[in-house]
Amino acid sequence: MKRKLYDLAHARAGDKGNTTILSLIAYKAEDFALLRERVTPQAVKRHFAGIIKGEIVRYELPGLGALQFVGQDALGGGVTTSLAIDVHGKSLSAALLEMEIEA
Amino acid sequence: MVETLRIGCGAGFQGDRLEPALVLAEHGKLDYLMLECLAERTIALAQLRRLNDPAAGYDALLERRMTGLLPLIKQNGVRIVTNMGAANPIAGAQAIVALAKKLGLTVRVAALTGDAVLDLLDPNQNVLETGEPLSSIGPLLSANAYLGVEEMLPAMESGADIILTGRVADPSLALAPLAHEFGWSIDDIDRFARGTVVGHLLECAGQLTGGYYADPGKKDVPNMARLGFPFADVDADGNATFSKVAGTGGRIDRMTATEQLLYEVTDPNAYLTPDITADFTEVQIMETEPDTIAVTGGRGRKRPETLKVSVGYHAGYIGEGEISYGGENCVARAKLAGEIVAERLRGQFQELRVDILGITGLHTRPMSVGDYNPYEVRLRVAGRSTDRQKAALVGEEVETLWTNGPAGGGGARKSTQEQIGIVSCLLARAKVKPQVTVFET
Repeated sequence: MKRKLYDLAHARAGDKGNTTILSLIAYKAEDFALLRERVTPQAVKRHFAGIIKGEIVRYELPGLGALQFVGQDALGGGVTTSLAIDVHGKSLSAALLEMEIEA
Repeated sequence: MVETLRIGCGAGFQGDRLEPALVLAEHGKLDYLMLECLAERTIALAQLRRLNDPAAGYDALLERRMTGLLPLIKQNGVRIVTNMGAANPIAGAQAIVALAKKLGLTVRVAALTGDAVLDLLDPNQNVLETGEPLSSIGPLLSANAYLGVEEMLPAMESGADIILTGRVADPSLALAPLAHEFGWSIDDIDRFARGTVVGHLLECAGQLTGGYYADPGKKDVPNMARLGFPFADVDADGNATFSKVAGTGGRIDRMTATEQLLYEVTDPNAYLTPDITADFTEVQIMETEPDTIAVTGGRGRKRPETLKVSVGYHAGYIGEGEISYGGENCVARAKLAGEIVAERLRGQFQELRVDILGITGLHTRPMSVGDYNPYEVRLRVAGRSTDRQKAALVGEEVETLWTNGPAGGGGARKSTQEQIGIVSCLLARAKVKPQVTVFET
């Protein structure tokens, strides 16, 4: 069965230059293992195809029930020169939660 | 020595609400109030103001924030640590003294300078983001090194009511009072790491107490209109509990704190500040009482050898135009409108961004599974130029859609804005010459 990340986790996005930082935090500790297995950097890269153009690194924080994704070349040159309406990519947290995984 | 120190955070960005800091200063039983008001671009904009007026360049809201805060901090013995000095801490300190005189109060303000390092940079040194030399990025406007606790301590020791800085690392606004009051040495890695966790959790103010968290029906936050800002009770080892003033809106728990702990952290194993290489991976957040959390487990390694410098430069102008369409076939009309504008501007802009707000504005495409059929959408076109008049063409062409575009367009708006770009580079710590100047009523 497919499940949206929105049902399993909450998220916040931050930015540094042209890099986006996406935190994905399980609501329930027991769901963290599933997130770690399914929400791989490769899967996130596919979900954000054409948006996060560079490498995605994933950090695992089991004690916090969280995964941290750091994506390069993601913000149209960065907050100060991007032509996008959301120059910080703050709303990318909601985009991440739209991702579906097999659960 | 005090057993615990209470530090509140009354602002998390330049334009933040004024009220929560007043609530903290009046009812929070604080020892220190930090106000973080200086994003990367904010200081470059402040430098622009200073170039036009040598007495300007400190935070534009400084007088408004201090008018309410000064009587409260004098009455309750609270010290303020803030980066509202922005591009001109000296003029900011003088403005606070003048304001205090007007209010009939005595005040002592310590201004920390030395972060402005444009003259110390080598034009041939590399930009961290691109690897290109600094000289290649366009007219430089400002360069500010992130100073830390070591540079702030003389200001802390001055006995001032208000410590007013330019660019310092955000968490240092909390760590400096801790190091000062508890006598932590600069190389006390464990305590500096825990104090940096405290500063990082506090630095965005309302983002710890339920601000930027709510999602109705899913993640509810009570009484957001009166969102209260956080304070931390920190012991001499750097362990802390966080809460907010009773009766204020918001919530603080493991979920809100985890979002903030990880916020803008590019490597949880190595969060770099001028004070420490902090490791957040073993941090534990425990809910101890309603709206109260205990945070432990911050670790760290030696601080970086070099200071990070944020460099502002002129990046030309961005012109924008918007117009809305609604009802049957509105998406097709908005797309046609965008094609018309793009055709009229063809060849004049290196990059032109054409979006249908409601469909492509945020993420260039809907990220959900399933069809979208919005009742209304808004066309947005944006382009950049080194020439203001040329950038303005974007909005002007969108505006002509009133009488030269598809049916039913409404609410056209146009704007042209100067852009300040920001890049980073590194500077040897020894090159920076921090200085403290004290002003009194």
